[in-house]
This record gives sequence, C-alpha cells and structure tokens, in this order.
Amino acid sequence: MIRKPGSPVWIAALAALSCAGAAAQELRVQCYSDGNECEVTGDIAKRFEAANAGAKVVIDKVPYKAVVETLPVQLAAGEGPDIARVTDLGGLNKYYLDLTPHLSAASVKAWNTNFASTLPWFRASPADKGIYGLMSQLTVTGAYVNKTLFEQANVPMPGPKATWDQWMAAADKVAKATKTPYAMAMDRSGHRFAPLAVAYGAKIFDANGMPVVDAGYQTAVKKFIDWHKAGLMPKEVWGGVGGSQYRDAFEEFANGRVVVYYSGSWQVKRMDTQVTKNFHWTVAPAPCGPAACTAMPGGAAFVALKRTKQPALAAKFLDFLAQDANYKELMARTDNIPASLSVAKAGVPYKVSALAGTALDSFVADVPKIAKANYDLQGYRFNRAVFLPTAQRVGQAVAGEMTADAALTRLASDIEEQVKAASK
Amino acid sequence: MQTHRSTPWLFLTPNLVIFGVFTFLPIVINFYYAFTGGVQLYPRDRPFVGFENLASLLDCGNYLEPETCKRDLFWRAVWNTAKYAVFQVSLMVLFSLVTALVLNRKIIGRGFWRGVYFYPVLLSPVVVALIWKWILQRDGLLNGVIASLGEASATPMLWLAEPGSAFFWVVFVSIWAHMGFYTLILLAGLQAIPADLYEAAQLDRASPWRSLTRITLPLLMPNLLVVLVLAAIRAVQTFDEVFVLTGGGPGSATTFVVQFIYQTGFQEQVRLYGLAAAGSLLLALALIVLTLIQLRATKAGDAGERAK
Repeated sequence: MIRKPGSPVWIAALAALSCAGAAAQELRVQCYSDGNECEVTGDIAKRFEAANAGAKVVIDKVPYKAVVETLPVQLAAGEGPDIARVTDLGGLNKYYLDLTPHLSAASVKAWNTNFASTLPWFRASPADKGIYGLMSQLTVTGAYVNKTLFEQANVPMPGPKATWDQWMAAADKVAKATKTPYAMAMDRSGHRFAPLAVAYGAKIFDANGMPVVDAGYQTAVKKFIDWHKAGLMPKEVWGGVGGSQYRDAFEEFANGRVVVYYSGSWQVKRMDTQVTKNFHWTVAPAPCGPAACTAMPGGAAFVALKRTKQPALAAKFLDFLAQDANYKELMARTDNIPASLSVAKAGVPYKVSALAGTALDSFVADVPKIAKANYDLQGYRFNRAVFLPTAQRVGQAVAGEMTADAALTRLASDIEEQVKAASK
Repeated sequence: MQTHRSTPWLFLTPNLVIFGVFTFLPIVINFYYAFTGGVQLYPRDRPFVGFENLASLLDCGNYLEPETCKRDLFWRAVWNTAKYAVFQVSLMVLFSLVTALVLNRKIIGRGFWRGVYFYPVLLSPVVVALIWKWILQRDGLLNGVIASLGEASATPMLWLAEPGSAFFWVVFVSIWAHMGFYTLILLAGLQAIPADLYEAAQLDRASPWRSLTRITLPLLMPNLLVVLVLAAIRAVQTFDEVFVLTGGGPGSATTFVVQFIYQTGFQEQVRLYGLAAAGSLLLALALIVLTLIQLRATKAGDAGERAK
C-alpha cells in the first residue's frame, strides 16, 4: 500500500525527522591544511562529540585559496561555515563571533592569560576586548639553510648576529663553489618581505598609524631587486608569476637549487618528510639589518562566525580545542609552535627528527627578537593591503617591467588607496 | 495540429529563467556596481559615485604608455590583450586554414588526423594549462628533451619566467588547444565547395595556387570571417588557461583584461568591486563591437550565398 503525503504516517515520520534534526547540533568547520592540521582537528573533534551528546562537528577541508579568496565573499553575503580556519586574522573581524558571553568566567580568564599576545590580532581596535579566535598555529618566519652545501664548499656559516648581506655573501660563495644556481630564495609574499624591510629600518606605520613606504622599506626593496638583478635570487619566484599571487620557493630548496631559503616554521614538517633524507638542513637565527634582527610572526586561527546558528556550541568547541591537553596534542601532531603560554611553558612533545627538533627550537628562540613593527603589522586589520601590493609591485620590478623607483611610487599609492577604500 | 499560443512560452520559460538569473541579472548588477564605490558587497550599501570608476580607468597621460596611467595595470592588461588578440587570432586562422586544407585532401588516415587535431578542444582549459606547465617548467619535459640532445650542461631555460618567451608560449598553447574547433568550421566550408569547380579549373590547367586563391579562398570567405570574429571574441575573453599557466606573469607580461577584473574584484584584501565592474563594462563594449562585426560578416555571407 502506498500512503499519500498528508496521511498520519507521513506526518509522524516528518515530525520524527524534525525532532532528530533539532536534537543533533551540527557545526561545520571550514579548514585548510598546511600539513595535517585538519586531520588532527578532526580527531580531537571526535572526542568533543563523544563528550557532548548530540553534537556533530563536520570538518570541510578546502584549499588555502578558498579561505583567502572565497570565504570573505561568502561572509559578506551572509553565508559561510560556523567556524573557519583563517589567516587574515584582523581583516575579517566584523564577521567574528565574540566567544566571551558563551564561556565560563574561568575559561575567559584562561583564554586571556594563555593567548594574551595573539588575541589582539583578531580585534577591531585596542578598545575591543572580545575573544574571537584560537591560534591553531603560531608561525615565525626564518631562513632554512642547506648545511650540506656549506660543508661541501667549506664555507663557515655566518654567526647569530649575521646580517642579510652577510648571509647573502656567504650563500653566494657556497653557490659558486658548489655550482648551485642561486644563493637565496624567498617565498613570494609581502609577509615574508616584512622582516627584511624592518631589519633595514622600515617603521611600517607613520605617526598616525597609517602604513607607509618609508626610507627603510625603500632600502629593502632596492636591495631585494638588486639581488635578483645580480642573479643571486631566482627570478622565477617573484618575477615569474603575475599579480599579487603567493608562490613558495620550497621546491627550489628541496631540489638543491638554492643555498638559503627564507620561509617559515610551517614548513618544518614538509622539510622533515621531504628534505631530511636528501641533505642536512638547519634554520638560521633571524638575519639582521642595521635596525633589527627580526622575524615576522603569523599563523592561522580557528574563528567562530557570527552567522552560526549554534554560537554556544561553536564557543564550546573552540574552548575544548584551547584546553591544554587538546591544544598540546594539536601542536605536537602538527609540529607547530604553540600560541598558548601554558602549553609553551610546559613544552610540546614533538615527535620529529633531530633536525626538525633543532629547527623548531631555533624558531622559538627567534620569538623574543621579533620587532614591534612586525607584531603591529601582523595585528593590523588591513595588513594584506600592504602584503599584496608589495608582492605585485616588487614582482614587476624583479621581472624587469619597471624600475625600483617606479615600483616604490606605485606601491605607496596602491597601499594608500586600498587602506582609504577599506576605511570608508 | 494546432498548438496553444502559450505552448512555446512553456518550453522557453526554463531557459529564460536560467538566462535571466545567471546572465541578464548579473549584467544589470554589474552595470549598477560600475557606478558605485566602497568595498561593500550588497548594492544597497554601496554609495553612488557616478563615472568615478570609469574616469579612474581612463585617466591616462598617454594610452600607449601604461606607466603614465593612473591604473597602469589595467592599461598593461589592455595592450597585452590587444597584442595577444592580433597574434593569436591571425596565427590561429592561418594554422586552422592550412590544417583544414590538408585534412580536406585524400590523405592516409584522414579520419584519425581529424580526431587528433580536434582532441585538445575536448580538454578543459585548466587541464591544458597544467599539461603545458609541466612541459615548460624548469625541470619539465622540454628542458629534459633539450638536455638529452646533448645540452646537459646548459642552464635550463625558464620558458615562463621571461616576458617574451612566456607570451610566445601563451599564444602557442592557446592555438594548440583551440585550433581544432576552427579547423572543423573551415573543413565544413571546404567540403561545401562544389568539386566541379576544381575539375573545371583543372581542365583550364589552372595551377594549385590559382585554384586556392581564385576558388577556395573566395568561397571560404564567409567561414573565414566567422572564424576570425569568433576567435577574436574568445581572445579578448581569455583568462583561465593563461591564469593557470603563467598567473599573468612574469610581472604583468601575460595579464589580460579579464584577469585584471578578477584581481581587482576578488584577489585583493580590499575588493574594489566598482572598479572591476567598470573594467567589465569597457570589456563588454569591446565585445559588442566584435559581435556587431560578426553579425555583419554573417549577413554578408548569407547575401553572398543567396546571390550564388
């Protein structure tokens, strides 16, 4: 017998389904991965589900490009996930859910103590005291060195206070002696460029707190372009692609085409799994300039989004991730540097090779050296309005399309225009 | 059998709805966005700025020198697109014509060769770009072949990192990928030419060159015009293949207008939707001109057919 819709059996079935829907609270987490972050988060989420009857956490793994380019448009249109793993920490602030009302007083205190240095990166202004996100990965930029090539060339590695110029000169000697094509490579990213600029005196912000292409920034840009012109750096990384697109130079380093590779701590796992078997690598202390020896902080964070229909559950899940045991597991299994003070103090039991362990120690040792300008830039809401035009304009100059001076003039006007438009 | 007056509309409605929502509505919205400013997504939140975006794009000291323009990247993209259209379209039509002429002859394995030339058309532009990226990269197939020919010590060529060679390969890959489609159109045109014309020419001892210039090309002209205009429209709209292959680089050497629009509207942190929409409007104007030329060419072709 076929029952028609509208019959009592159908109504009962629909009612049962709707009750089941109400009982199950689903959280959708949009996650991109540098290594295995989404998988480890998924494992921890299973424990969260077990501890919270009816809760379901779905991890939607997406490419990084989707987080950077698609998510902001989704959010502006009132769509998107409940929680997302983002890197534009301050720029998306208006879409974040403040977790504070959904957390216990003890939890709020723990968050404010453990994540004191990174919580401001999510906030709209210094007056804002909200808790918006959990740093799932604190990163520090740094230089990976092919130690095997240094040994083969019999060139001593520069010391802990060595400048960018000294590193370049030493790497060039090694490159020439070992017939390596290039001395140094840097990811095509304004974020990676910032420590070089600050080392050469860039203040990044003027007295009014607006980003500025000052003399220090100009010196760094000119130096960087000259290094490319001299053939010390591979033109194809910064000059080979168009627009403000990101491009990493990992393959150049892994294939032994560069002696020194400037990237960051998020590459440690990749180095360990893909490079350790081929040659001896290490991480150098933050290279210096006349103004500072500095690295650039950064990272990715899980943020709950205002549009969620489960704000309490979203807050509960992030609070669960932030608990020391879970956070420690997340850091240990993903080989990332903890942003939580209590976890950092207690130490993270990384299961990595000796090389990777030394590298992580080196990155952690660079954290206290990070210049205030770099911290401020990382916390600046419109930091990508500085990063992206830097990649675009410096890239054009490296490709030989415009002079360094023309690139700097365009860079300054691009940043000014973008910040002005965003502030409207 | 008499059909009800509303029947055609019944069948048209699904298509009209789809076109309305996904084609005409975005055109109207784009038009509105081009006259608004700010970074807000919703039209109601965007302030009306009149011709500001268009004026900003057209603000130039000398249009031939992009560095004198306020929006230098836009004008670089415009000239790159123009250069690309000229080279790509003329070479594409030439190669398609030669290929169609060869495939129209009674050669061994004619069906197979027709399939070979048409095959790349079936590939997605992204797949095409990825295949060629793999061939042209530093450690790619091409450098590998060159090294195996005895130039192992030579520095590998950076085919996509030098402006000139990157532009050449962008044109080459595009011709490789799309030539089959235009060859097919020309082949259909060639097969429509009556064989007795060639027989008569042979009786008159006309040389093959004379047959080509006096019979084939004049009778193929309507098809050639259609191919020319279709290829030009496609060239102006180029984006996906080039974006994957070179990312618009090196510098902005292979950045075309559609990529400029995409970058401005979607890639930057501060998304200038109004400026991107104004760029789209200018691109639409160029496409309208090309389409009008195509319509005229098609009409001229039809008139020629009727006069025969």
